[in-house]
Amino acid sequence: MRATAEANAPTIKVEEKLFQNRYLVDAGRPHIKIRPHETPSKALMSLTYTCPAGCYSVNDQGQVEITADGCVECGTCRVVTAKTREIEWNYPRGGFGVLYKFG
Amino acid sequence: MIEEHFDAIVVGAGPSGNAAAYTMAKEGLKVLQLERGEYPGSKNVQGAILYADALEKIIPDFREDAPLERHIIEQRLWTMDDASYVGMHYRSEDFNEEKPNRYTIIRAQFDKWFSQKVREAGVTLLCETTVTQLLRDTNSKVIGVRTDRDGGTAFADVVILGEGVNGLVGQRSGLRPELNPDSVALAVKEMHFLPREVIESRFNLKGNEGVVIEAMGTITAGMTGTGFLYTNQESISVGIGCIVSDFADNGTSPYALLEAFKNHPSIKPLLANSECKEYAAHLIPEGGYYSIPELYGDGWLVVGDAGQFVNAVHREGSNLAMTTGRIAGETIVWLKRRREEMLKANLAEYRRRLDETFVMKDLKKYKRIPEFLHGNRQIFGLYPKLFSGAAQTWFRVDGTDKRTKEKEIFKSFRKGRTLPGLIGDAFKLARAWR
Repeated sequence: MRATAEANAPTIKVEEKLFQNRYLVDAGRPHIKIRPHETPSKALMSLTYTCPAGCYSVNDQGQVEITADGCVECGTCRVVTAKTREIEWNYPRGGFGVLYKFG
Repeated sequence: MIEEHFDAIVVGAGPSGNAAAYTMAKEGLKVLQLERGEYPGSKNVQGAILYADALEKIIPDFREDAPLERHIIEQRLWTMDDASYVGMHYRSEDFNEEKPNRYTIIRAQFDKWFSQKVREAGVTLLCETTVTQLLRDTNSKVIGVRTDRDGGTAFADVVILGEGVNGLVGQRSGLRPELNPDSVALAVKEMHFLPREVIESRFNLKGNEGVVIEAMGTITAGMTGTGFLYTNQESISVGIGCIVSDFADNGTSPYALLEAFKNHPSIKPLLANSECKEYAAHLIPEGGYYSIPELYGDGWLVVGDAGQFVNAVHREGSNLAMTTGRIAGETIVWLKRRREEMLKANLAEYRRRLDETFVMKDLKKYKRIPEFLHGNRQIFGLYPKLFSGAAQTWFRVDGTDKRTKEKEIFKSFRKGRTLPGLIGDAFKLARAWR
Protein backbone atom coordinates (compact mmCIF):
# COMPACT_ATOMS: atom_id res chain seq x y z
CA MET A 1 0.00 0.00 0.00
CA ARG A 2 1.26 3.43 -0.86
CA ALA A 3 1.90 5.81 1.96
CA THR A 4 -0.40 8.71 2.61
CA ALA A 5 2.35 11.30 2.23
CA GLU A 6 2.61 10.41 -1.42
CA ALA A 7 -1.11 10.11 -1.93
CA ASN A 8 -1.66 13.58 -0.54
CA ALA A 9 1.17 15.24 -2.44
CA PRO A 10 0.51 16.79 -5.80
CA THR A 11 1.79 14.71 -8.71
CA ILE A 12 5.45 15.39 -8.99
CA LYS A 13 7.50 15.25 -12.11
CA VAL A 14 11.05 14.68 -11.00
CA GLU A 15 12.24 15.83 -14.43
CA GLU A 16 11.18 19.35 -13.49
CA LYS A 17 13.41 19.20 -10.43
CA LEU A 18 16.36 17.83 -12.38
CA PHE A 19 15.94 20.61 -14.90
CA GLN A 20 17.40 22.98 -12.25
CA ASN A 21 20.64 21.01 -12.06
CA ARG A 22 23.83 21.22 -14.08
CA TYR A 23 25.26 18.11 -15.69
CA LEU A 24 28.11 17.26 -18.00
CA VAL A 25 26.77 14.14 -19.69
CA ASP A 26 29.37 11.66 -20.94
CA ALA A 27 27.43 10.92 -24.13
CA GLY A 28 27.37 7.26 -25.08
CA ARG A 29 29.14 6.15 -21.88
CA PRO A 30 26.50 5.57 -19.20
CA HIS A 31 28.11 4.93 -15.81
CA ILE A 32 25.31 2.63 -14.68
CA LYS A 33 24.17 -0.44 -16.58
CA ILE A 34 21.44 -2.94 -15.80
CA ARG A 35 22.44 -6.53 -16.47
CA PRO A 36 20.19 -8.30 -18.99
CA HIS A 37 17.29 -9.93 -17.20
CA GLU A 38 13.98 -11.64 -17.96
CA THR A 39 12.12 -10.70 -14.80
CA PRO A 40 13.40 -8.01 -12.43
CA SER A 41 13.82 -8.86 -8.75
CA LYS A 42 11.81 -6.98 -6.16
CA ALA A 43 14.94 -4.96 -5.39
CA LEU A 44 15.46 -3.96 -9.01
CA MET A 45 11.78 -3.07 -9.37
CA SER A 46 11.97 -0.85 -6.31
CA LEU A 47 14.44 1.42 -8.12
CA THR A 48 11.55 2.73 -10.20
CA TYR A 49 10.49 4.71 -7.11
CA THR A 50 13.55 4.77 -4.79
CA CYS A 51 15.84 6.44 -7.34
CA PRO A 52 15.70 10.13 -6.36
CA ALA A 53 16.32 11.14 -9.99
CA GLY A 54 13.69 8.83 -11.47
CA CYS A 55 16.25 7.20 -13.77
CA TYR A 56 14.60 3.77 -13.72
CA SER A 57 11.45 2.72 -15.57
CA VAL A 58 9.74 -0.49 -16.68
CA ASN A 59 9.48 -1.24 -20.39
CA ASP A 60 6.66 -3.03 -22.25
CA GLN A 61 8.32 -6.41 -21.68
CA GLY A 62 8.34 -5.84 -17.93
CA GLN A 63 12.06 -5.30 -17.70
CA VAL A 64 13.67 -2.44 -15.84
CA GLU A 65 15.51 0.14 -17.92
CA ILE A 66 17.73 3.07 -17.01
CA THR A 67 18.39 6.48 -18.47
CA ALA A 68 21.29 7.73 -16.40
CA ASP A 69 21.54 11.29 -17.77
CA GLY A 70 19.78 12.81 -14.75
CA CYS A 71 21.64 10.63 -12.23
CA VAL A 72 22.80 12.52 -9.12
CA GLU A 73 25.32 9.77 -8.23
CA CYS A 74 23.87 9.05 -4.81
CA GLY A 75 24.46 5.28 -5.01
CA THR A 76 21.03 4.22 -3.71
CA CYS A 77 20.48 1.83 -6.66
CA ARG A 78 23.81 0.14 -6.07
CA VAL A 79 23.10 -0.34 -2.37
CA VAL A 80 19.56 -1.65 -2.98
CA THR A 81 20.70 -4.22 -5.57
CA ALA A 82 24.01 -5.13 -3.95
CA LYS A 83 22.75 -8.62 -3.14
CA THR A 84 21.02 -9.33 -6.46
CA ARG A 85 23.92 -7.88 -8.47
CA GLU A 86 21.59 -6.70 -11.20
CA ILE A 87 23.31 -3.44 -11.93
CA GLU A 88 26.85 -2.38 -12.66
CA TRP A 89 27.67 0.93 -11.01
CA ASN A 90 30.70 3.10 -11.59
CA TYR A 91 31.48 6.75 -11.11
CA PRO A 92 31.23 8.79 -14.28
CA ARG A 93 34.62 9.56 -15.77
CA GLY A 94 36.44 12.33 -13.94
CA GLY A 95 34.73 15.70 -14.50
CA PHE A 96 31.50 14.22 -15.92
CA GLY A 97 28.12 13.76 -14.30
CA VAL A 98 26.29 16.05 -11.92
CA LEU A 99 27.89 19.41 -11.09
CA TYR A 100 26.35 20.84 -7.97
CA LYS A 101 26.19 24.64 -7.85
CA PHE A 102 25.20 24.64 -4.19
CA GLY A 103 25.27 21.04 -2.94
CA MET B 1 50.83 10.34 -14.54
CA ILE B 2 53.04 12.02 -11.97
CA GLU B 3 56.62 10.81 -11.68
CA GLU B 4 57.52 12.16 -8.25
CA HIS B 5 56.89 10.14 -5.13
CA PHE B 6 54.58 11.69 -2.55
CA ASP B 7 54.50 11.42 1.20
CA ALA B 8 50.75 10.94 0.99
CA ILE B 9 47.93 10.71 -1.54
CA VAL B 10 44.49 11.89 -0.43
CA VAL B 11 41.48 10.55 -2.33
CA GLY B 12 38.67 13.12 -2.27
CA ALA B 13 38.42 16.86 -1.67
CA GLY B 14 35.53 16.98 0.79
CA PRO B 15 35.84 18.05 4.45
CA SER B 16 37.75 14.94 5.56
CA GLY B 17 40.17 14.83 2.63
CA ASN B 18 40.76 18.58 2.81
CA ALA B 19 41.41 18.42 6.56
CA ALA B 20 43.91 15.60 6.11
CA ALA B 21 45.69 17.17 3.14
CA TYR B 22 45.91 20.60 4.80
CA THR B 23 47.23 19.19 8.09
CA MET B 24 50.02 17.27 6.36
CA ALA B 25 51.02 20.00 3.91
CA LYS B 26 51.21 22.57 6.71
CA GLU B 27 53.83 20.37 8.34
CA GLY B 28 55.85 20.18 5.15
CA LEU B 29 54.73 16.84 3.73
CA LYS B 30 54.45 16.42 -0.02
CA VAL B 31 50.79 15.68 -0.68
CA LEU B 32 48.82 14.79 -3.82
CA GLN B 33 45.03 15.12 -3.65
CA LEU B 34 42.70 13.59 -6.25
CA GLU B 35 39.10 14.66 -6.80
CA ARG B 36 36.70 13.20 -9.35
CA GLY B 37 34.54 16.35 -9.65
CA GLU B 38 35.23 19.27 -11.96
CA TYR B 39 35.89 21.36 -8.85
CA PRO B 40 35.92 20.48 -5.14
CA GLY B 41 32.31 20.43 -3.97
CA SER B 42 30.78 19.61 -7.33
CA LYS B 43 29.80 16.13 -6.10
CA ASN B 44 29.16 17.01 -2.48
CA VAL B 45 25.88 17.53 -0.70
CA GLN B 46 25.16 18.56 2.88
CA GLY B 47 22.31 20.33 4.75
CA ALA B 48 24.53 22.16 5.61
CA ILE B 49 25.74 23.16 9.08
CA LEU B 50 29.38 23.96 9.76
CA TYR B 51 30.66 23.31 13.26
CA ALA B 52 33.23 25.97 14.06
CA ASP B 53 35.15 23.99 16.64
CA ALA B 54 36.23 21.25 14.22
CA LEU B 55 37.38 23.77 11.59
CA GLU B 56 39.03 26.10 14.13
CA LYS B 57 41.36 23.28 15.12
CA ILE B 58 42.55 23.20 11.50
CA ILE B 59 42.23 26.82 10.32
CA PRO B 60 41.85 28.99 13.45
CA ASP B 61 41.07 32.23 11.57
CA PHE B 62 38.64 30.67 9.07
CA ARG B 63 36.01 33.35 9.86
CA GLU B 64 38.11 35.98 8.07
CA ASP B 65 37.34 34.73 4.58
CA ALA B 66 35.29 31.51 4.63
CA PRO B 67 31.94 31.73 2.79
CA LEU B 68 29.66 31.48 5.82
CA GLU B 69 25.92 32.00 5.48
CA ARG B 70 24.29 32.60 8.87
CA HIS B 71 25.38 31.88 12.43
CA ILE B 72 22.74 29.86 14.20
CA ILE B 73 20.98 31.59 17.06
CA GLU B 74 17.90 29.42 17.14
CA GLN B 75 17.39 25.66 17.01
CA ARG B 76 13.91 24.24 16.49
CA LEU B 77 13.18 20.55 17.07
CA TRP B 78 9.77 19.51 15.80
CA THR B 79 7.69 16.36 16.02
CA MET B 80 5.05 16.61 13.33
CA ASP B 81 1.76 15.03 12.41
CA ASP B 82 -0.11 15.82 9.23
CA ALA B 83 -1.61 19.08 10.52
CA SER B 84 0.72 20.32 13.21
CA TYR B 85 4.04 20.29 14.98
CA VAL B 86 4.99 20.14 18.63
CA GLY B 87 8.19 22.10 18.96
CA MET B 88 11.09 22.55 21.29
CA HIS B 89 12.81 25.79 20.38
CA TYR B 90 15.95 27.24 21.81
CA ARG B 91 16.97 30.77 20.90
CA SER B 92 19.62 32.74 22.68
CA GLU B 93 21.31 36.10 22.38
CA ASP B 94 24.41 34.28 23.68
CA PHE B 95 24.77 32.77 20.21
CA ASN B 96 25.41 36.28 18.88
CA GLU B 97 28.98 35.95 20.06
CA GLU B 98 32.28 37.10 18.64
CA LYS B 99 33.09 33.60 17.47
CA PRO B 100 29.82 31.83 16.79
CA ASN B 101 29.63 28.08 17.28
CA ARG B 102 27.61 26.91 14.28
CA TYR B 103 26.97 28.37 10.84
CA THR B 104 24.86 27.43 7.86
CA ILE B 105 26.98 27.06 4.73
CA ILE B 106 26.55 26.21 1.05
CA ARG B 107 28.84 23.29 0.42
CA ALA B 108 29.89 23.92 -3.17
CA GLN B 109 31.11 27.37 -2.13
CA PHE B 110 32.60 26.27 1.17
CA ASP B 111 34.46 23.32 -0.37
CA LYS B 112 36.01 25.61 -2.99
CA TRP B 113 37.22 27.92 -0.22
CA PHE B 114 38.62 25.04 1.86
CA SER B 115 40.33 23.63 -1.22
CA GLN B 116 41.95 27.01 -1.92
CA LYS B 117 43.46 26.91 1.59
CA VAL B 118 44.65 23.36 0.97
CA ARG B 119 46.41 24.37 -2.23
CA GLU B 120 47.93 27.45 -0.57
CA ALA B 121 49.37 25.08 2.03
CA GLY B 122 51.23 23.34 -0.79
CA VAL B 123 49.03 20.39 -1.76
CA THR B 124 48.97 19.35 -5.42
CA LEU B 125 45.29 18.98 -6.36
CA LEU B 126 44.13 17.17 -9.48
CA CYS B 127 40.41 17.46 -10.23
CA GLU B 128 38.44 15.53 -12.85
CA THR B 129 40.46 12.51 -11.79
CA THR B 130 38.69 9.40 -10.53
CA VAL B 131 40.77 6.91 -8.58
CA THR B 132 39.96 3.45 -9.91
CA GLN B 133 42.27 1.16 -7.96
CA LEU B 134 44.75 0.91 -5.12
CA LEU B 135 48.24 -0.24 -6.08
CA ARG B 136 50.07 -2.66 -3.77
CA ASP B 137 53.56 -4.05 -3.47
CA THR B 138 54.41 -7.75 -3.13
CA ASN B 139 53.66 -7.61 0.61
CA SER B 140 50.27 -6.14 -0.37
CA LYS B 141 51.06 -2.81 1.25
CA VAL B 142 49.25 0.01 -0.54
CA ILE B 143 51.84 2.08 -2.40
CA GLY B 144 49.72 4.27 -4.67
CA VAL B 145 46.66 4.58 -6.86
CA ARG B 146 45.57 4.11 -10.46
CA THR B 147 43.29 6.77 -11.95
CA ASP B 148 41.09 7.17 -15.00
CA ARG B 149 43.36 9.95 -16.27
CA ASP B 150 44.79 7.88 -19.14
CA GLY B 151 45.17 5.03 -16.65
CA GLY B 152 47.81 7.13 -14.91
CA THR B 153 49.33 6.08 -11.59
CA ALA B 154 50.71 7.96 -8.62
CA PHE B 155 52.78 6.66 -5.73
CA ALA B 156 53.08 7.57 -2.06
CA ASP B 157 54.03 6.19 1.34
CA VAL B 158 50.40 6.22 2.42
CA VAL B 159 46.95 6.67 0.83
CA ILE B 160 44.18 8.42 2.79
CA LEU B 161 40.71 7.50 1.61
CA GLY B 162 38.34 10.44 2.08
CA GLU B 163 36.18 9.24 -0.76
CA GLY B 164 32.82 9.70 0.91
CA VAL B 165 29.90 7.44 1.73
CA ASN B 166 29.95 5.98 -1.78
CA GLY B 167 33.64 5.15 -1.60
CA LEU B 168 34.09 2.58 -4.30
CA VAL B 169 37.88 2.41 -4.15
CA GLY B 170 38.11 1.08 -0.63
CA GLN B 171 35.07 -1.10 -1.06
CA ARG B 172 36.24 -2.70 -4.29
CA SER B 173 39.70 -3.21 -2.83
CA GLY B 174 38.09 -5.25 -0.07
CA LEU B 175 38.93 -2.77 2.69
CA ARG B 176 35.28 -2.55 3.75
CA PRO B 177 31.94 -4.14 2.83
CA GLU B 178 29.20 -2.64 0.63
CA LEU B 179 26.82 -0.32 2.48
CA ASN B 180 23.93 -2.01 4.22
CA PRO B 181 20.53 -0.68 3.01
CA ASP B 182 19.32 -0.84 6.64
CA SER B 183 21.98 1.51 7.94
CA VAL B 184 22.36 4.13 5.24
CA ALA B 185 19.91 6.97 4.66
CA LEU B 186 18.98 8.61 1.39
CA ALA B 187 18.38 12.34 1.74
CA VAL B 188 16.98 14.69 -0.89
CA LYS B 189 17.26 18.42 -0.69
CA GLU B 190 16.28 21.59 -2.53
CA MET B 191 17.72 25.09 -2.49
CA HIS B 192 14.99 27.73 -2.37
CA PHE B 193 15.95 31.34 -2.98
CA LEU B 194 14.29 34.37 -1.38
CA PRO B 195 15.39 37.96 -0.75
CA ARG B 196 17.29 38.14 2.53
CA GLU B 197 14.82 40.63 4.07
CA VAL B 198 12.05 38.10 3.49
CA ILE B 199 14.01 35.36 5.23
CA GLU B 200 14.84 37.67 8.11
CA SER B 201 11.24 38.74 8.64
CA ARG B 202 9.87 35.20 8.24
CA PHE B 203 12.25 33.79 10.80
CA ASN B 204 12.54 36.80 13.11
CA LEU B 205 16.21 37.41 12.36
CA LYS B 206 18.51 40.38 11.96
CA GLY B 207 21.80 40.58 10.12
CA ASN B 208 23.39 37.19 9.68
CA GLU B 209 21.44 35.42 12.40
CA GLY B 210 20.07 32.05 11.35
CA VAL B 211 17.52 29.41 12.33
CA VAL B 212 17.62 25.67 11.80
CA ILE B 213 14.68 23.30 12.05
CA GLU B 214 15.07 19.53 12.50
CA ALA B 215 11.82 17.61 12.20
CA MET B 216 10.49 14.10 12.61
CA GLY B 217 7.08 12.50 12.53
CA THR B 218 4.46 11.52 10.00
CA ILE B 219 6.45 13.51 7.43
CA THR B 220 8.47 10.33 6.79
CA ALA B 221 5.33 8.24 6.13
CA GLY B 222 6.17 5.58 8.70
CA MET B 223 9.83 5.33 7.73
CA THR B 224 12.86 5.99 9.92
CA GLY B 225 14.07 9.44 8.98
CA THR B 226 14.03 13.19 9.54
CA GLY B 227 13.40 16.42 7.70
CA PHE B 228 15.23 19.72 7.95
CA LEU B 229 15.02 23.37 7.00
CA TYR B 230 18.02 25.69 7.33
CA THR B 231 18.21 29.42 6.67
CA ASN B 232 21.05 30.72 4.52
CA GLN B 233 21.61 34.39 3.64
CA GLU B 234 19.42 34.43 0.56
CA SER B 235 18.18 30.89 0.40
CA ILE B 236 16.59 28.12 2.41
CA SER B 237 17.86 24.54 2.34
CA VAL B 238 14.97 22.13 2.77
CA GLY B 239 15.26 18.37 2.72
CA ILE B 240 14.21 15.02 4.06
CA GLY B 241 15.92 11.65 4.40
CA CYS B 242 15.02 8.08 5.35
CA ILE B 243 16.77 4.75 5.62
CA VAL B 244 17.25 3.27 2.13
CA SER B 245 15.63 -0.11 2.89
CA ASP B 246 12.59 1.75 4.27
CA PHE B 247 12.16 3.56 0.96
CA ALA B 248 12.42 0.25 -0.89
CA ASP B 249 9.85 -1.44 1.39
CA ASN B 250 7.48 1.50 1.67
CA GLY B 251 6.94 2.31 -1.98
CA THR B 252 7.33 6.04 -1.48
CA SER B 253 9.62 8.03 -3.74
CA PRO B 254 12.04 10.43 -2.07
CA TYR B 255 10.92 13.38 -4.20
CA ALA B 256 7.23 12.77 -3.36
CA LEU B 257 8.19 12.71 0.32
CA LEU B 258 10.07 15.99 -0.06
CA GLU B 259 7.16 17.53 -1.92
CA ALA B 260 4.74 16.50 0.85
CA PHE B 261 7.12 17.93 3.47
CA LYS B 262 7.35 21.24 1.60
CA ASN B 263 3.55 21.32 1.41
CA HIS B 264 3.04 20.64 5.11
CA PRO B 265 0.97 23.53 6.55
CA SER B 266 3.81 24.39 8.96
CA ILE B 267 6.50 24.44 6.27
CA LYS B 268 4.72 25.82 3.23
CA PRO B 269 4.45 29.45 4.43
CA LEU B 270 8.18 29.48 5.19
CA LEU B 271 8.95 28.69 1.55
CA ALA B 272 6.22 30.77 -0.09
CA ASN B 273 7.22 32.58 -3.31
CA SER B 274 10.71 31.09 -3.26
CA GLU B 275 12.52 29.97 -6.38
CA CYS B 276 14.04 26.48 -6.38
CA LYS B 277 17.44 26.45 -8.06
CA GLU B 278 18.78 22.98 -7.31
CA TYR B 279 17.66 19.49 -6.38
CA ALA B 280 20.22 17.19 -4.80
CA ALA B 281 20.37 13.71 -3.32
CA HIS B 282 23.02 11.98 -1.25
CA LEU B 283 23.50 9.00 1.02
CA ILE B 284 24.28 9.41 4.72
CA PRO B 285 25.99 6.58 6.62
CA GLU B 286 23.83 6.17 9.73
CA GLY B 287 24.87 2.77 11.07
CA GLY B 288 26.96 4.34 13.83
CA TYR B 289 29.61 2.61 15.90
CA TYR B 290 28.89 -0.96 14.82
CA SER B 291 29.17 0.01 11.14
CA ILE B 292 32.65 1.49 11.40
CA PRO B 293 34.86 -0.55 9.06
CA GLU B 294 38.59 -1.30 9.34
CA LEU B 295 40.09 2.18 9.53
CA TYR B 296 43.71 1.47 8.67
CA GLY B 297 46.01 -1.10 7.16
CA ASP B 298 49.39 -1.34 5.48
CA GLY B 299 49.73 1.92 3.60
CA TRP B 300 46.15 3.22 4.01
CA LEU B 301 43.74 5.07 6.30
CA VAL B 302 40.03 5.87 6.04
CA VAL B 303 38.50 9.24 7.06
CA GLY B 304 35.08 10.91 6.97
CA ASP B 305 31.88 9.38 5.59
CA ALA B 306 33.85 6.50 4.04
CA GLY B 307 34.56 5.44 7.62
CA GLN B 308 30.88 5.87 8.65
CA PHE B 309 31.74 8.83 10.87
CA VAL B 310 28.26 10.30 11.32
CA ASN B 311 26.39 10.97 14.54
CA ALA B 312 22.84 10.46 13.26
CA VAL B 313 21.15 11.52 16.51
CA HIS B 314 22.77 14.96 16.58
CA ARG B 315 22.84 15.34 12.78
CA GLU B 316 26.62 15.81 12.94
CA GLY B 317 28.90 14.59 10.16
CA SER B 318 31.11 17.28 8.68
CA ASN B 319 32.74 17.91 12.07
CA LEU B 320 33.50 14.21 12.44
CA ALA B 321 34.86 14.25 8.88
CA MET B 322 37.15 17.21 9.57
CA THR B 323 38.29 15.78 12.88
CA THR B 324 39.08 12.31 11.51
CA GLY B 325 40.87 13.93 8.56
CA ARG B 326 42.92 16.16 10.86
CA ILE B 327 43.85 13.30 13.16
CA ALA B 328 44.79 11.05 10.24
CA GLY B 329 47.04 13.86 8.96
CA GLU B 330 48.60 14.44 12.38
CA THR B 331 49.24 10.72 12.82
CA ILE B 332 51.05 10.54 9.50
CA VAL B 333 53.13 13.62 10.28
CA TRP B 334 54.03 12.08 13.66
CA LEU B 335 55.06 8.74 12.10
CA LYS B 336 57.04 10.53 9.41
CA ARG B 337 59.02 12.51 12.01
CA ARG B 338 59.80 9.30 13.87
CA ARG B 339 60.83 7.71 10.57
CA GLU B 340 58.32 4.94 11.11
CA GLU B 341 56.90 3.05 8.14
CA MET B 342 53.26 3.46 7.17
CA LEU B 343 52.39 -0.07 8.23
CA LYS B 344 49.25 -1.27 9.95
CA ALA B 345 50.89 -1.64 13.36
CA ASN B 346 52.12 1.97 13.25
CA LEU B 347 48.95 3.44 11.74
CA ALA B 348 47.03 1.93 14.66
CA GLU B 349 48.03 5.19 16.36
CA TYR B 350 45.25 6.84 14.29
CA ARG B 351 42.61 4.73 15.98
CA ARG B 352 44.18 5.27 19.41
CA ARG B 353 44.04 9.02 18.91
CA LEU B 354 40.49 8.90 17.57
CA ASP B 355 39.36 6.94 20.63
CA GLU B 356 40.37 9.92 22.76
CA THR B 357 38.15 12.36 20.83
CA PHE B 358 34.43 13.13 20.81
CA VAL B 359 34.19 11.24 17.52
CA MET B 360 34.58 7.76 18.96
CA LYS B 361 33.19 8.66 22.37
CA ASP B 362 29.91 9.89 20.85
CA LEU B 363 29.58 7.03 18.37
CA LYS B 364 30.22 4.58 21.19
CA LYS B 365 27.69 6.28 23.44
CA TYR B 366 25.00 5.97 20.78
CA LYS B 367 26.01 2.56 19.50
CA ARG B 368 22.54 1.09 20.12
CA ILE B 369 20.61 4.08 18.74
CA PRO B 370 20.52 3.15 15.03
CA GLU B 371 19.00 -0.24 15.85
CA PHE B 372 16.56 1.38 18.28
CA LEU B 373 15.36 3.97 15.76
CA HIS B 374 15.05 1.51 12.92
CA GLY B 375 13.36 -1.16 15.05
CA ASN B 376 10.83 1.17 16.72
CA ARG B 377 9.03 3.09 14.03
CA GLN B 378 6.31 4.16 16.47
CA ILE B 379 8.85 6.86 17.32
CA PHE B 380 8.26 8.41 13.90
CA GLY B 381 4.55 7.78 13.45
CA LEU B 382 2.57 7.11 16.60
CA TYR B 383 4.33 9.34 19.15
CA PRO B 384 4.24 12.54 17.10
CA LYS B 385 0.49 11.99 16.65
CA LEU B 386 0.05 11.40 20.39
CA PHE B 387 2.08 14.51 21.28
CA SER B 388 0.06 16.60 18.89
CA GLY B 389 -3.24 15.22 20.17
CA ALA B 390 -2.19 15.88 23.75
CA ALA B 391 -1.17 19.45 22.97
CA GLN B 392 -4.42 20.13 21.20
CA THR B 393 -6.51 18.67 24.02
CA TRP B 394 -4.57 20.76 26.51
CA PHE B 395 -4.68 24.08 24.70
CA ARG B 396 -8.23 23.98 23.35
CA VAL B 397 -10.59 25.72 25.77
CA ASP B 398 -13.96 24.09 25.32
CA GLY B 399 -15.70 23.91 28.66
CA THR B 400 -14.11 20.58 29.57
CA ASP B 401 -12.45 20.67 32.98
CA LYS B 402 -8.68 20.22 33.19
CA ARG B 403 -8.76 16.94 35.14
CA THR B 404 -10.91 15.37 32.42
CA LYS B 405 -8.48 16.70 29.82
CA GLU B 406 -5.56 15.13 31.70
CA LYS B 407 -7.39 11.82 31.78
CA GLU B 408 -8.13 12.05 28.06
CA ILE B 409 -4.45 12.61 27.32
CA PHE B 410 -3.30 9.68 29.45
CA LYS B 411 -6.01 7.54 27.91
CA SER B 412 -4.86 8.42 24.38
CA PHE B 413 -1.31 7.30 25.20
CA ARG B 414 -2.48 4.06 26.85
CA LYS B 415 -4.81 3.32 23.97
CA GLY B 416 -2.23 4.20 21.33
CA ARG B 417 0.67 2.26 22.74
CA THR B 418 -0.56 0.36 25.87
CA LEU B 419 1.05 0.85 29.25
CA PRO B 420 3.64 -1.95 28.84
CA GLY B 421 4.41 -0.53 25.38
CA LEU B 422 5.03 2.94 26.80
CA ILE B 423 7.21 1.64 29.61
CA GLY B 424 9.06 -0.62 27.19
CA ASP B 425 9.78 2.25 24.79
CA ALA B 426 11.03 4.47 27.62
CA PHE B 427 13.26 1.67 28.85
CA LYS B 428 14.61 0.88 25.38
CA LEU B 429 15.30 4.55 24.68
CA ALA B 430 17.07 5.01 28.00
CA ARG B 431 19.21 1.95 27.37
CA ALA B 432 20.08 3.03 23.82
CA TRP B 433 20.83 6.59 24.92
CA ARG B 434 23.18 6.04 27.85
